[in-house]
Amino acid sequence: MADLKVNIAGVEFNNPIIAASGTFGFGREYSEFYPLSVMGGISCKGITLKERLGNPAPRIAETPSGILNAVGLQNPGVEHFINEDLGWLKQQGTVVIANIAGNTYEEYCSMAEKLSDTDVDMIELNISCPNVKSGGVQFGTSCESVGAITKAVRKYCKKPLIIKLSPNVTDIVSIAKAAEAEGADALSLINTLTGMRIDINTRRPIIKNNTGGLSGPAVFPVAVRMVYQTAQAVKIPVIGMGGISSWKDAVEMMIAGASALQIGTVLFKDPYAPIKITEGMNKFLDENGIASVTELTNTIKVW
Amino acid sequence: MRYNTAYAKLIKKDEIAENIFDFVLECPPLAEKSRAGQFAHIAVPGKTLRRPISICDADDKNIRIVFQIKGEGTEILSQSKVGDFIDILAPLGHGFNIPKEKRIAFVGGGIGVPPMLFSAKQADDAVAVLGFRNKNAVILTEDFKKVCSEVLVATDDGSFGMHGFTSDILRNIIDDTDMVCACGPTPMLRVIAEICKENNKPCQVSLEERMGCGIGACLVCACKTLDKDGNIEHSHVCKKGPVYNAEEVVW
Repeated sequence: MADLKVNIAGVEFNNPIIAASGTFGFGREYSEFYPLSVMGGISCKGITLKERLGNPAPRIAETPSGILNAVGLQNPGVEHFINEDLGWLKQQGTVVIANIAGNTYEEYCSMAEKLSDTDVDMIELNISCPNVKSGGVQFGTSCESVGAITKAVRKYCKKPLIIKLSPNVTDIVSIAKAAEAEGADALSLINTLTGMRIDINTRRPIIKNNTGGLSGPAVFPVAVRMVYQTAQAVKIPVIGMGGISSWKDAVEMMIAGASALQIGTVLFKDPYAPIKITEGMNKFLDENGIASVTELTNTIKVW
Repeated sequence: MRYNTAYAKLIKKDEIAENIFDFVLECPPLAEKSRAGQFAHIAVPGKTLRRPISICDADDKNIRIVFQIKGEGTEILSQSKVGDFIDILAPLGHGFNIPKEKRIAFVGGGIGVPPMLFSAKQADDAVAVLGFRNKNAVILTEDFKKVCSEVLVATDDGSFGMHGFTSDILRNIIDDTDMVCACGPTPMLRVIAEICKENNKPCQVSLEERMGCGIGACLVCACKTLDKDGNIEHSHVCKKGPVYNAEEVVW
């Protein structure tokens, strides 16, 4: 039995598998499949300062080896999260990460301040949601704006701060460095890639938002490349995500440079994927005589 | 644990109309939990998402589903062979609430017809009101005859049963009906709900939306409904639905 524990910015996880924000709600539904302590952590559904209704349906379309989604940050607001969900989540024996999104610096800072006074373990700054008109990704696509939002939130955030990066950029490395320079404790990537599908009969986009975020196995090679490039360039830990569907993908992403992992789309087909992935990783480590999963991180041997 | 997946054995398969398949799946633990109006979320080899398919009937051992080929996923599913094991997550969602000692009209349109069979079986006095495009698309009428006091069929072109729509039939029988349960295309459901409202009859409708997780976590299958205080909300067909009281739905 290998040691699957990982430590990100001082927070200990039982294993490297974290549910990706937006795919796991606030945990209650999946707790009807298995105890949530099987998860290393849960990055909760993205929350905003006030409740949001989200986009009109359809919000999802299937693509070859993936899905497009445009939920539009439907959530009950930060107060509701703190009062109704956080207490229950904290009893489940897993790391709880609050994922926050906003329209303005003030909104991000206000949420970071409120959450800093709670038991939440970490805060993940969502500056990469492609599915809302304002807010989210406009903070995440230039070095200046990523640096500025990280610096602003850092002042109010007393919890370990993860910056979740968008892949819809020309140079992921310079953006990662900007976040690191302004005080990020960790980075998570990739959020979804902006995409589109059109119904050839109606000539209308399948998703009512017209565009959506692509996730699933289709984006995995892009994610591996970006995690690799980022991990080479920064000293803070990188949480890798994007299309991880099996324990082999999980091992590959850690070799590319990830210190922990998030999984999402795979849950929709196989709710038990977190258990299968951790078991598979454990077996791989044992078979290869590796004592700790942390020994995989950033061990890529590039040509 | 409330949710379970299982590998259900396909024990009977028929193509009951062009591109419409009737599967009986053996999966005792899931079958005995299934209620009328709930759905099964079915994994298809090679596809990223499961396919939500309404439960047409269930007993202690088997779940019966009747589905139409609508795309690649349902086409792959239709190619399953008797003896194959199919990965299903079921039962999901909230089904119909069917009170005792009432005369209930079960209105189904097209591929919305199958879940009404399981529902009609639960009623003390069921009337089936079924609508199809034409006679080649007519399904399950013999099954409905076994559990309903009347089976009334309409086709769009008049090639089978009455020439017209389910709404035309419902208008004729609404005075003798205590309650209506309906599943079918949204324009049909909207009219059925209107008729019930005009006649002050309770109405439950089963809605459909493109779905992800099937359990209320990913929030993609949103529909506009009213919460208990009458405010508009985006509720999720997979968890709060698929069956709603018609007055909750913002058409």
